[in-house]
Order: sequence, then C-alpha cells, then structure tokens
Amino acid sequence: MQPPTGPALAPAPGSSPGPAPGSPLLRWQWREVQAPCLVAGWILVASLAKIVFQLSRKVTSVVPESCLLILLGLGLGGIVLAIAKRAEYQLEPSLFFLFLLPPIVLDSGYFMPSRLFFDNLGAILTYAVIGTLWNSFTTGAALWGVKQAGLMDKGVEAGLMDFLLFGSLISAVDPVAVLAVFEEVHINETLFIIVFGESLLNDAVTVVLYKVFNSFVEMGPAHVQATDYLKGVASFFVVSLGGAAVGLLFAFLLALITRFTKRVRIIEPLFVFLLAYMAYLAAEMVSLSSILAVTFCGICCKKYVEANISRKSRTTVKYTMKTLASSSETVIFMFLGISAVDTSKWAWDTALVLGTLLFILLFRAVGVILQTWVLNCFRLTPLDRIDQVVMSYGGLRGAVAFALVILLDGAKVRAKDYFVATTIVVVFFTVLVQGLTIKPLVKWLKVKRSDHHKPTLNEELHEHAFDHILAAVEDVVGHHGYRYWRDKWEQFDKRYLSQLLMRKSAYRLKDEIWDVYCKLNIRDAISFVDQGGHVLSASRLTLPSMPSRTSMSESSVTNLLRESGSGACLDLQVIDTVRSRRDKEDAVMHHVLCGSLYKPRRRYKASYSRHFISPSTQERQDKEIFQQNMKRRLETFKSTKHNVRSAKSKARLKKDGRKKQKKSVANTELPNGKPPRSVNWQQTAAVLVAVDSDSEESDSSETEKEDDEGIVFIARAADEILQGKKASGSLDICPSPRIIPPSPTSAEKELPWKGDRGDLAVYISSETTKIVPVDMQTAWKQSISSLESVASPPGAEPGPHAKTVAGPVLDEGPKLERQMMPEQRICFQFPNPLLRSSRPQSDSSLERTEQPELQPLMALDEHGRMSTSAGPSNSRWLIQFNRPTRFSDG
Amino acid sequence: MGSRASSLLRDEEIEEIKKETGFSHSQITRLYSRFTSLDKGENGTLSREDFQRIPELAINPLGDRIINAFFPEGEDQVNFRGFMRTLAHFRPIEDNEKSKDQNGPEPLNSRSNKLHFAFRLYDLDKDDKISRDELLQVLRMMVGVNISDEQLGSIADRTIQEADQDGDSAISFTEFVKVLEKVDVEQKMSIRFLH
Repeated sequence: MQPPTGPALAPAPGSSPGPAPGSPLLRWQWREVQAPCLVAGWILVASLAKIVFQLSRKVTSVVPESCLLILLGLGLGGIVLAIAKRAEYQLEPSLFFLFLLPPIVLDSGYFMPSRLFFDNLGAILTYAVIGTLWNSFTTGAALWGVKQAGLMDKGVEAGLMDFLLFGSLISAVDPVAVLAVFEEVHINETLFIIVFGESLLNDAVTVVLYKVFNSFVEMGPAHVQATDYLKGVASFFVVSLGGAAVGLLFAFLLALITRFTKRVRIIEPLFVFLLAYMAYLAAEMVSLSSILAVTFCGICCKKYVEANISRKSRTTVKYTMKTLASSSETVIFMFLGISAVDTSKWAWDTALVLGTLLFILLFRAVGVILQTWVLNCFRLTPLDRIDQVVMSYGGLRGAVAFALVILLDGAKVRAKDYFVATTIVVVFFTVLVQGLTIKPLVKWLKVKRSDHHKPTLNEELHEHAFDHILAAVEDVVGHHGYRYWRDKWEQFDKRYLSQLLMRKSAYRLKDEIWDVYCKLNIRDAISFVDQGGHVLSASRLTLPSMPSRTSMSESSVTNLLRESGSGACLDLQVIDTVRSRRDKEDAVMHHVLCGSLYKPRRRYKASYSRHFISPSTQERQDKEIFQQNMKRRLETFKSTKHNVRSAKSKARLKKDGRKKQKKSVANTELPNGKPPRSVNWQQTAAVLVAVDSDSEESDSSETEKEDDEGIVFIARAADEILQGKKASGSLDICPSPRIIPPSPTSAEKELPWKGDRGDLAVYISSETTKIVPVDMQTAWKQSISSLESVASPPGAEPGPHAKTVAGPVLDEGPKLERQMMPEQRICFQFPNPLLRSSRPQSDSSLERTEQPELQPLMALDEHGRMSTSAGPSNSRWLIQFNRPTRFSDG
Repeated sequence: MGSRASSLLRDEEIEEIKKETGFSHSQITRLYSRFTSLDKGENGTLSREDFQRIPELAINPLGDRIINAFFPEGEDQVNFRGFMRTLAHFRPIEDNEKSKDQNGPEPLNSRSNKLHFAFRLYDLDKDDKISRDELLQVLRMMVGVNISDEQLGSIADRTIQEADQDGDSAISFTEFVKVLEKVDVEQKMSIRFLH
C-alpha cells in the first residue's frame, strides 16, 4: 500500500542504522521491519476503526461502514499530509490487485448461493456484458461529445480513444463497493444476486475494454486497424472464457486434492486458499480475467470441497475467508480515502467531473431499463420498476476503477490527472452519496426485502419435489428449458463428477434433504448446548427442540454430540441412545459414545477445582435419580421388552439386505468388535468420537471418520474407549460441576408445570426452542418419567418400515412424549455416570419431590404401550447394564 | 405440423380453453401439436403409455406420479382439454392477473392451485392428508439409495412434525400451505411456455 514496500521487503543485512561502534544493547532496526510493520499497522488501524464504528449502533444503521471507512481514510490521509507535507500512502494498484482483491472475490465466489446464481445467470451475464459495454461506450462517447462541444478545459488533452478508455474503467460496477453497501441493505436475493453477480462478472469486460483501449491509445488512434478491433472482440471471449476455464481447472484440482487430505486434515484449509489464489495468479499471469477465475473456482469447488474436508476445516475455511475478505475490504476503503488526499495527482475539471457523474447515472439507468425490457420477455418472474430503480442506483463504482485509473500511463494518456480526479469523485460520490441513500430509498420504494429464515425440511423437500415436477412438465410440454439442462447437469455431476471428486464416504452420504435434516439437528443441538450452559434455563429451553429430534435416529444424536462437545451430553447420550429402537445398533452406538466419554471427563477434571463447591447435594440427587431410573427400568422392563423385541425381530426380518447386514453387524459388534461394512450410521457414529476428541486424537480419529470402512474405526474406537476408560477411571469420581446443574434445576422446573396440559403442539425449529410452550412442559415432565424408557422407539420412531408400525395407533399424548424423551433424558441423565461413583448422601428434598412425579408418569407410559408381554429378557438391557462394568474393568 | 394441429382444433374449442386456462392462442396451438405428437394412438386422447414414452420422464423420480396427475380420477385417457387444464397449473402468474378477477373462479395457476397440484402428488389416498407413509414413499423416490431407511424415517418424522399443527401426525393441505408460505411458489412452480 505504501511506496516503500517494495525495496523494504528484502532488507539488506547491513542496512540497519544502528550506531557503528561497539556492540549496542539495543539496535534500532526500523528499516528491516518497516514494510510488514506498516502493513500490520494499517490493518490494525482499520480494524480498530471498525470496532469504534460499531460502538454506535445509531451511526452504523444509517451510514454504511464503507462510507465511514472512506471518511476515516480521508482524515488519516489529511493527518499524514499535514505531518509529512506530502502524501505518503496511497492505494497501490499492484497491491490492490494482487493482495487485496483476491480475498474479497474468493469470499464472494465461495459463498455465492450457487443455485440462485445459476438460476439468474442469463440476467447476470446480460447486465455484466451488454450493460458494461453499453455503459463504457456511451459514457466515453458522451464525454467526448462534451469535449467536442468545447465545454471542457483546454487542459484536458484527450481524444475519443482516451475518453473511451476512461469510460471503460469508470463504467464497471465494483464488486467490493456493491457488496459492502448491499450487504447492509438486505434486498431480496434475486435482486442482490443480479447486481452483485453483475459486478463480479463484468470484470472480464472491463479488463478487455481497458486493455484494448489502452493499447489503442498507446498506439495512437491513427494506427489502429480493423484487425485490432477484431482482436479486441476476440480477446473478450478469450479473456472471459479463459478466465472461467482457469477457475474451473483449479476448482477441479482443488476438489481432487481435498479428496485425498484425509491424513492431513490440519492443512486442508490451506489448500483451499492456495489453489484459489493460484487460480487468480495464473489467470493474471496470462492476462485473463482473474476475478472470473477466482469466482468460478469458488463457486464450483465448494460443493466438493465441503463434502471432502472435515467439519473443523470447513469452519476454518469459512472464518478465515471472511476475516481476510473483511480486512481487505476495510483496508481498501480506508486507502481510497487516504489516496484521495494526494492532490498532486489531481487536476480538476468541473465539466468532466459533472459530465461523468451525470452520464454514468443516466446511462446506467437507460441501460438497465432497456436490458430489463428485453430480459423480461424471457424471465419467469419479470423484474419490475422498483427492481430496476434499485439496480440502476446500486451501480456503485469503487476501488477497481481507482486502481485502473492509477495504472494509466501518464505519458501516453495525457489527461490522466483529470481522469484520476474524476474517478475519485465518482467513487466517492457513489460510495458516499448512493451508499448512504440507497437504504432509505429501498425502504421508501418498499423493495421486497430478503427474509432470512432458516431452511426447514419441508421447504427443502417440497422444493425438490417442485423441481422434479417442473422438469417433468417441461418434458411433457417438450420444451427444454433451463430446468432440463440443470437436470442433465445434475445427473452428470452425480454420475461422474461427484464420484471422481468426492470421497466415497462423502459421496455416499450426500443428499440434500439429508443435509438439511442434519443441519437442523445440528442447530438444535447447538442451541441445546448453548442453553445448557445457562444452568437455569437449560432444562426448560431444551424442551421444544426435543420433539424435533424425537424420532431421532442415531444421526441426530450424533449431531448433537458432535456439536456439543460437552462430556455431560455425551454421557447422557450414552444412556439415551441405548434406548432407541434398534437395540443392537444402539449397543454399538453406545459403545462408540462411551469412547468419546473419557476425554470430556478429563476436561472436567481440569475445571474441577474451579467449580468444586457446588456439587454435593445436586450430585447426590442425580445419583438418586439414576438409581431410580435403573430400578424403574427394571420394572418397566417387561413392558418394554415386548416393544423392543418386536422392533428387533422386525428389523431382522426386513428384506432389505443392507439393513440386515447392519443389524447383524451390530450384533457382532459388541462381542467381538467385528467390523461391519459400509453401514451409514456407523460412520456417523465414528464421527462422534472423532469430533469430540481433542486435537491430536481427533486428528487420528478424524482421519478415520470419513473412511469408507466405518467399521474398522468403530472397533478401534471401542478399544480406545476401553483404554481411555482405564485412563480416566479415576475421573469418574470427580464430580463435574458443569454437568450437574441442569438436572436439579430441571427437576425443580418440572414441578410448576405439572398442571398444564394443552394440545401437544410440536415445535421444531431452533427458533422455537426459545419459546417453551406449556404443553411441551407437560410432555417433558412425562418424558422424564418415562426416562426409563421404555424404549419408545417403535412408536415414536416407526422408521421406514412404518407400514407395520403405523404411529396412529397410539394416541398422540404418549407418542409425543415418547418422542421427546431422548432429549429429556439428556438433560437428566448425563450426570448419572459421573454420579455413579460419587459419594452417597442423605436425601435432598428435591429428590423427594421427584419421586412421586416419576411414578405416575411411568404409569402413563405403560399405558401408552399396552402390550405387555413378559418375554425373554432383552439383550439390550443387558448391554446397558453391563457396559459400565465393562468399562471400569477395562 | 403447427398448421395441421391448429386445423384440427376448432376455434370455439380454442376459445374455451383460452378462457379456462389463460393460455394464449399460439400457446394452445403449439401445445396441441405437442399433444398430437405424443398421441401415438391418434385417437385424440393420451394414455399413460403415451406419457411413459417420453424418455426423460422415465428417469424423473416423480415421473409416474406426475403422469398420474394428468389423468382424472379413475380414467385412463386424457383429452386435450384435460391436458391443458393440468398444464395450466404451471403457467406463470402474470402481472395483470394479480389484480383482476377477484370474484371470478380462481385461475388454475393461482398459488393455491399450484400448491394443491404438488400436494396431490403426495396424497395418494386422496384423504387430503399426507401421511407418514405417503411422505416416505415420495422421499424414497427422491433420495438416492445412499440414505438408509432409518435416516429416511427420521427425515419423514421431522418433516411431519415441522408441518403438523393439529397433532394428527399427518400434513393436511392447510398445513402444507402454511409450511410453504415463505416459499416463492409462484415462481418455483411455474415454467415458461413458449409464446
């Protein structure tokens, strides 16, 4: 950013200006650190400024951050100017293009909503290509007209070519500015993607026009021949398609590389950044459109990369990208402000400045209206007037234009100083004035805002169905539209690309509906855990989310665990999961879960001293509960048995080969740790273990987690568990303070709720977790009682083979409550294992209160499943009870 | 072919269809030619086999359901009127349609009709409820074999819980509409018919 950077980057060893004689204690080595120090300093200043801006909500809600940053830059530049008497710093084009721009473009490409982008690709391309061409030529020509009319100063020595050159650089909408402003405006997605997509894709046009006109100017208009024009046209295709191709190539490489990073998880994010950056540099090297390259690289690699890399890496990529982009953006705007102070480069011409401002606004509006008119003939949902206004007005110019104008060769383009001044004014005007006013404008015009709501399973599912329906209808109509091609592409992707670029495990598990399902579960889990942190609210708040997870198969539990990372939860989960319908699987799951137990415990041990005070009574209470639970389990055992058995036998009988395999696998799993093959959920189970463990361990386990053979891992996990148990055996004894709080409180909470019983509405989404419906509470209460569970699963979780199980048979009440149980148990039980070893103590009143409650509930539960047949005892329970001993033995 | 098709189509018939479905004259003739080209039996009606001959439909996961949607209850043939009536569900809603005809019969391409079309694809037994079984069947069609039955089951459960308001463990049409209220159905259930 600052001129001295170049030379200072390679510090000469002897150059430090320390005093020559003797060997001084300290030496002043400013020169050696100057460059990086200045860079870091500026970034720091910019970031600090952001903090300051955010201090006042009032200001930031009205003034976009970009405006504030530019103003700050102006101020800082002024100070520097006042002190140093000359403008020290300014936005260096080379730095801008090589370092500041790529992160922003990568960020926007990578997080571009690809579906939306491709849905509107036609419109985006039109505006980006035709629109930019139109803007450049009309603006340039009109300015030339003004010059011809003699309105401009004589000093502006520029011909038609110079004006066209200027027009080309000033007419391109700037992605950085657009993003900065529009992100705060929250217009609807379609509008946003069109404006923003345009600003990204017009880079190719801008680059080509700029280069072509620049060469024309350098050659001198007289020497330009027809072939040069043709070359210009051809170079447009080369530059844009070439840029996109480079991006695609690197996206492909990146996806391919991440497929094999299983053992080097830690550097996965690095590959993403490096290859994207390489794409940028490669495109730049051969003078293709580098912005296009990075954009396409980001858009295209995302699907495969996200599937391949680990969860942690995904988070890392996300945050690093956002951090880089955000700091680049900050620095860019600040330096725009600082650069503007440098008056030595200014040459003011009122007619030129006003003319440019007028023309870019006018021609953009005209261009948008004309293009929209054409596009609306083809668009399913036409862009209306208001959209057009926003699009015209949202055409912000920014740092790209500024950097390009600085790059002009002053010797060849003699009006450069005028152009620089005009560009600065234009950039400032668009960013400050338009940026400031666009929000009120959008509000005033009542532009449809985006409503950001979390995806729901229903939406995902039904929208999928819509897609299929529409594709089918198009087929029937015989008109192959966009959907037809998307269909084709998806099939191609599924058949070849995904297989090539995704890990087998990732590929197998890949399904969008399933993804959404997992995401929802994770979200619930997060909120659950978050709330778990607050002792008081924990029990209450988690309630609503429970039903959602209800039918909760292993996956949801998995997710819960994965996110929670708290030993407490894990513990509960252990008990919890065991109770699910597929007893055998559960046993295995249980196993795995236990494996993940020991580490968290260790953690608790660490924090043990801190929270030492609280435990005793609560702990004891938990212990009591646990004992009761166990007792109860035995009591209800008979009734449960039946259900469990039926589920089990059903599962066994299932024709589905895979399932059979799974079951049998699960069967064998516990005893001899024989690895089952290719069982989906086992993989997930493996994930659990991996995620919760800490760094190194997690590394090793994580590498495994996406392995194709989940089995191997599981067996191993079990081993690990046992070993871990050994290691952490002593930990059992230490009470974990963090764990304990929720359960007692939950017990307390429970009391007041007793009374209400409404209709049992089911709340699913995480938002609702915040509101605890009264009915939930009752349900929750009941579920607590049914903790013991009675193996709710057959009813609650009829599974795919639902035909036989048909939920409707059961009345809602019990069913619901059963569904909730998993969660409930979580709150309640997790402490158990810990408590098991804790010292016994006298009764607490809390506990007593609990007992009566449990009793009736239990009764209720049994009601629910009336089929009580005393059958042979279930292996499940055995497992359940055995395990603790096993582990402690181990 | 276009001329042949339109010659077979009487003008008053076109007018009626126009009124009923909102398609333009040229769209109707264009679709009629498509209709006749699908009609291998040349008897003025389409049978299921005629639809099944469309190659892309064979690989559409919901293909058969959609084919069924073209046929009125209990019938094996669909004539051009019926064909157009079904297609009319997918006509985009035009600006001038939004305001007019408030009191007239609801146009076939209204939001709620679009939704109802989708709803009927799920609701096999026509009890105006999507039961868990029905949902599972559709899910099974739409997801690959990679998803296990258990996973699918939990998806179905959760989906139902999300939408279910009256606690009957099924999705009624009202609930279906409610749960999709934030979705731009008008756009997502429309295709562009050539003019």
